Amino acid sequence: MTPILEFKKTCVSYTKQTMAVKYVSAAIERNTITAIMGPSGCGKSTLLRAANLMHDLYPNIRVDGEILLNGENILSMEPIDVRRRIGMVFQRPVPFPTMSIYDNVLSGYTLNGIRLDKTERDATVERCLRNVALWDEVKDVLNKKGTFLSGGQQQRLCIARALAMKPDVLLMDEPTSALDPIATAHIEELMQELQKEVTILIVTHNMGQAMRISSKSMFMYLGELVEYGDTDTMFSNPADERTRAYLTGKMG
Amino acid sequence: MNDKLYKALLFIAAMVMPVVCGGVVYALATDAYAAFEHFGFLKFLTSSEWSYTEGAEQYGALPFITGTLMTTALALLFCIPFSLPVALFVGEYFKGTRIAAILSTVTDLLAGIPSIIYGLWGFYTLRPLIMALNISPQGSGVLTASLVLAIMIVPYAASLSAEFIKMVPNELKEGAYSLGATHAEVIRKVVFPVAGSGIFSSYILAIGRALGETMTVTMLIGNTNNIPESITSTGNSMASIIANQFGEADDLRLSSLIAIGLVLFLITALINMIGKIMIKRARIA
Repeated sequence: MTPILEFKKTCVSYTKQTMAVKYVSAAIERNTITAIMGPSGCGKSTLLRAANLMHDLYPNIRVDGEILLNGENILSMEPIDVRRRIGMVFQRPVPFPTMSIYDNVLSGYTLNGIRLDKTERDATVERCLRNVALWDEVKDVLNKKGTFLSGGQQQRLCIARALAMKPDVLLMDEPTSALDPIATAHIEELMQELQKEVTILIVTHNMGQAMRISSKSMFMYLGELVEYGDTDTMFSNPADERTRAYLTGKMG
Repeated sequence: MNDKLYKALLFIAAMVMPVVCGGVVYALATDAYAAFEHFGFLKFLTSSEWSYTEGAEQYGALPFITGTLMTTALALLFCIPFSLPVALFVGEYFKGTRIAAILSTVTDLLAGIPSIIYGLWGFYTLRPLIMALNISPQGSGVLTASLVLAIMIVPYAASLSAEFIKMVPNELKEGAYSLGATHAEVIRKVVFPVAGSGIFSSYILAIGRALGETMTVTMLIGNTNNIPESITSTGNSMASIIANQFGEADDLRLSSLIAIGLVLFLITALINMIGKIMIKRARIA
């Protein structure tokens, strides 16, 4: 089976002289959670953002190599089409402040000018909010602004917003680093459920989190992919000295 | 002890401005009183007579209120298609680049040009053009004044709304991009709604500028004391009638001019207050 997402010698550079991500090759398996770990500045967020062409927004950033989505190189596809198929959740929960909870869930459609009829809209909103276990909490206040929710609820709303587009892959850039432990536990639980429907690639600083939720892990250091394999193996018996140093807290 | 003295001095210095402001209002109100008493407040505002035949003097502010509102509204209308692109260019599309810095500096320079220069340009360049295009026979009028007024308020509207456009968090924009939105969609559906009240208040403050602008309007509006029938007609604004007639006016006419000044002051203060309150709200949100 072809991997759903595959990095092939992917390089990202912010300036001509230095590369933030160096020749990363890794195949991501369908319906798994893959964690990307590494010390600050190792290029893990940069690699993640390359996967939905976020770097295209900034003309100075160069992405080289290939990134395949179902065997097709996204670097030569329209960013708009890629981003609809590869969703993203950011570090800070950022629901659109001028939109209601209901409209936030549907924002992917409205932003793209796709019209849905009322029953489709209602069904999408309910499905996505149920998916992120937010439905029961907000079903009576759907017309209120999303910014009134707690941080954890806002982040779940952002996940719902990304899921509404029915993406193949969901990229998460330290999605719980701004949340308290209870909200974090909620989101982790949620991700376990979601991997049945969508492949998740998550950048995390939290090794415990990687161990709890992911089946595969990558360890990056200074822009290179040092190690990639089963999370259990990596934590119990890392192949590389640098991985061991990071996981045992001697580096990072 | 020293601290107390310092505090007292500071207090006195700070109080000068409110006292001056109060004094201006008081002076305007006392001098305008004669006109309001003679014609009645509402009658003065709604009468369109302006005749200084001795014994049958009739003064009403309506033509000038109309003139001011027409020039301001038109100026705002002409200003939007020029200031909004500048604001988007500087605040979003080319944010942080050299060319944006140059553009915003040049736009801000426009704000520093004395209004008499705008008036001269309007009189010797724009007015003949309007005559040549057969838009109006005399060249001067509400339209001519509004066009120049529009250019004058562009820098205020543009630089302030650019600030609000810049303030839209990058995270929000990236969030929208990550859902597959194009740049235009992000601007229409995220940047404008989020910066909306700020942009709106920028235009309110620009209106505040246009309302009181005197020299340019006086030179270009044609200075006739009638309600302008169309945008190509001549007329007078509240500021321009005062500038035109204060030197030769006395008694009731002078009082009427001062009454117009008071009304203009109140309208401008109100508009500025609304704008400032809205800016405050936009900053908080």
